[in-house]
Amino acid sequence: MKPFYKKFSEKFIEGLLMISGTVTSLTVVLIVFFLFKEGIGVFDQKPTENGYVIAVSKTNPLSKVAPEDIKNIYDQKITHWNEVGGKPDSIILFRLEDISNYYSDEAIGENFEGLAGCISRLTDSLPGIIAFFPEKYLDKDFKGKVLDVDKVSLSGFFMGKEWFPTAQPSAQLGVMPLVLGTLWVSLGAILLALPLGLAASVYMSEIANERVRRIMKPLIELLAGIPSVVYGFFGLVIIVPLIQETFNLPVGETGLAGSIVLGIMALPTIITISEDAMRNTPRAMKEASLALGASKWQTIYKVVVPYSISGITAGAILGIGRAIGETMAVLMVTGNAAVIPHSILEPVRTIPATIAAELGEAPSGGLHYKALFALGCILFLITLFINLSVEFITGRKKYNKH
Amino acid sequence: MKLPDEHKLAKRKMRGQAIAFWIFRILSYAIIAILFSILSFIIYKGASSISWGFITKMPEEGMTKGGIYPAIIGTLCLVAGSMIFAFPVGVLAAIYMNEYVKDGIIKKIIKQMTNNLAGIPSIVFGLFGMSLFVNKLGFGDSILAGSLTLGLLALPVVIRTTEEVLKAVDNTFRHASLGLGASKWETTSKVVLPIAFPNIITGLILSIGRVSGETAPILFTVAAYFLPKLPTSVFDQAMALPYHLYVLSTSGTNIEESRPVAYGTALVLIIIVLIANLLANGLRKYFGRKVKMN
Amino acid sequence: MYKIESKNVDFFYGPSQALKNINIAIKPNTVTALIGPSGCGKSTYLRLFNRMNDLIDNTRISGQVLIDNEDIYAKGINVDSLRKKVGMVFQKPNPFPKTIFENVAYGLRVNGISDKKFIEERVETSIKQVALWEEVKDKLKKPAFELSGGQQQRLCIARALAIQPSIILMDEPTSALDPISTAKIEALIYELKSKYTIVIVTHNMQQAGRVSDTTAFFYMGELIEHGNTKTIFTNPKIERTQNYITGRFG
Repeated sequence: MKPFYKKFSEKFIEGLLMISGTVTSLTVVLIVFFLFKEGIGVFDQKPTENGYVIAVSKTNPLSKVAPEDIKNIYDQKITHWNEVGGKPDSIILFRLEDISNYYSDEAIGENFEGLAGCISRLTDSLPGIIAFFPEKYLDKDFKGKVLDVDKVSLSGFFMGKEWFPTAQPSAQLGVMPLVLGTLWVSLGAILLALPLGLAASVYMSEIANERVRRIMKPLIELLAGIPSVVYGFFGLVIIVPLIQETFNLPVGETGLAGSIVLGIMALPTIITISEDAMRNTPRAMKEASLALGASKWQTIYKVVVPYSISGITAGAILGIGRAIGETMAVLMVTGNAAVIPHSILEPVRTIPATIAAELGEAPSGGLHYKALFALGCILFLITLFINLSVEFITGRKKYNKH
Repeated sequence: MKLPDEHKLAKRKMRGQAIAFWIFRILSYAIIAILFSILSFIIYKGASSISWGFITKMPEEGMTKGGIYPAIIGTLCLVAGSMIFAFPVGVLAAIYMNEYVKDGIIKKIIKQMTNNLAGIPSIVFGLFGMSLFVNKLGFGDSILAGSLTLGLLALPVVIRTTEEVLKAVDNTFRHASLGLGASKWETTSKVVLPIAFPNIITGLILSIGRVSGETAPILFTVAAYFLPKLPTSVFDQAMALPYHLYVLSTSGTNIEESRPVAYGTALVLIIIVLIANLLANGLRKYFGRKVKMN
Repeated sequence: MYKIESKNVDFFYGPSQALKNINIAIKPNTVTALIGPSGCGKSTYLRLFNRMNDLIDNTRISGQVLIDNEDIYAKGINVDSLRKKVGMVFQKPNPFPKTIFENVAYGLRVNGISDKKFIEERVETSIKQVALWEEVKDKLKKPAFELSGGQQQRLCIARALAIQPSIILMDEPTSALDPISTAKIEALIYELKSKYTIVIVTHNMQQAGRVSDTTAFFYMGELIEHGNTKTIFTNPKIERTQNYITGRFG
């Protein structure tokens, strides 16, 4: 009986181990599933708020209107119907609170029982009107025409220049400013971090003696261990005011502040990975260079760096990845203005910061909620791309090494 | 063709090298200086806020006075919860990867997936935790949801460190044990794990340091802005140190007046990270020496 | 007149002594083989001649190493210039991650030569010297990694020759190669003798016998015997040498 028991328990444990082994894969699959299920849902929604309608006069030839146009109409950037393909009438905006300009309180009724009728008549009488109101005030025999609003489109989402998910009557879901903001801040970060990080990794792997290296290595690890919210806090109380004073700005929360903080945070990634790569340069190769009369410095830039270039690149890319995905520090120091940045001294907003700042206020399952998940999808795809390219770069190196 | 003058050339090479090395040295020290300026700034500013009361009292007067006790407790709960999940699963997964699976497509896939998971930004974990644990499974904003989210985040770290440790265990130990007729699991549990154990613990400590500072994954899964009582079950919301620092420094009602509390909170976070790092390094050194002596 | 002389050389790695009172004199245009069991100090000794051991922390040398009657460990000696004069070939072929051409040109470039024509000529003569020219002349721009192991090693020799050293140190240059490549390199060593002084460390007794004029036998950091290769192999003065050569230990 005993061998059987033993065999059984071996199998049982192996099964347990296997299940544990698959947890990470399962998690990735689940993350993809949940992220994309909600995220892709955004393209199945209308940008107008649920339960609201947009109506025009029956005489208006339009039956469909794009979300951007609605926004521009309500911002009074479009003032005539012919600009969106209608008659040359001027547009009359109507929101629910405007009703008292047209009808008396009696006509509307104490409990708004006459409101639906009023809106219906108003829409009929003003040919240039565009009315935005709750669906429950849509009269049974409405005399106007309810406009069909386009669903959120892929091109509108990715190419849209405005991110204003709570705008009335139509949410603006253009991720361009967020994507550019993210890239802008991360690019700045890497420009700051790369020279510093490479210098440190060269110093640690090739120049410093073992004692200095043994001190520096844990310090770099410590730099990696400081929580991002502490970096953000430090940036907020030191770097932000410093930038504000130096450049004489109204606010110090800028893309530059984000880049500096992210740059510091990306340092450990760059240093550890490229230092590792350089230390892997075969000793014989360095000796061959020195034996030919090259100085130590010539050996570093002519042999060590070219040899470990794929590892250095991997470090830089992962550093960028770290910067792109970082949330809290950026949220705290960049000012979070969702506009396409024109200089590093303007507030910017990144994708992760947007999710962190807005998810709390977005009703679960709504358009805004789904839009934030779609942002999560973009972030996920960017980091996946980064991971795979690192895999590709370091994988190719192995091939080179025969 | 005239060859370059020996002495001039040597001089030029030496000068180039000296300049380059100095630049590298200065830049490297600059990084260390950045680290120390961050640490010393927070220690200097936070030291005056820290007292026994600070870590044992509830927040008072709109979080401008009093302590951060509930945030500390909340973070402790989250760290414990996430490790209860991530540590055993991570260690088992690493054992599976290193001791059981043969090189091949399955190992490659698991490895790739673990790498991918490690590369996912923490805010995406937050999104995922919210949609799966909070909404789908109905845990609500709770310690359970937050711990699981943090646990998933820490999982790749635990797996990677454990795997490295297991890889470092010399194969002769395994062969000796298998040669004596021990089964695979007996070999793993009685020979490999005891040797690797101290370094696995080092990995655990480092993941604790990492998890205790994470903010983005707990924003929407557990963190409470202000909660004047301690959690009583895993389905309660909780305050947490990193989120508390975020709230105090950006969206509190009295940002200026709550600064001392913010500095104190930042210092507590830094202390946790420092202790975790020192402990891990100390253990690494201690056991490293012990193994060498054997 | 000797090319290389070492007088009372002691060498230490930290507290442990790796070489004990070594006295050898090497004549120009000869091949000297350093033999002995692993760990006997022969490689350490070889690496003294181009001060390669300087790279290892915590090492110390006493005594004198003279090259062309100049103490290479004296103050004010420029190590880079010394290494230009003393070429080295390593155990495993170790071409740089560069093209075939750039590998050979490397030593010229790091020593401040930038004349394109001069470099091209020198690269060609060096590669011809190692009898590799016919094999690589059409792919000079290809990475050196694409060559076979034996070709790579000959390329590494060409790389060392390009800066026209007068001494070539070889640290077990054929230990990673197949017999055919080994034979080619041995033939090459024989040819190079007319122009260079060669010191070669080898594990392979037959190789030492085939290529060298004199042989030095090291054992546990001491020079046991140094003399004419033929004499050492046929009629060693010291029993331990004989035991080693005949394979009774090693």
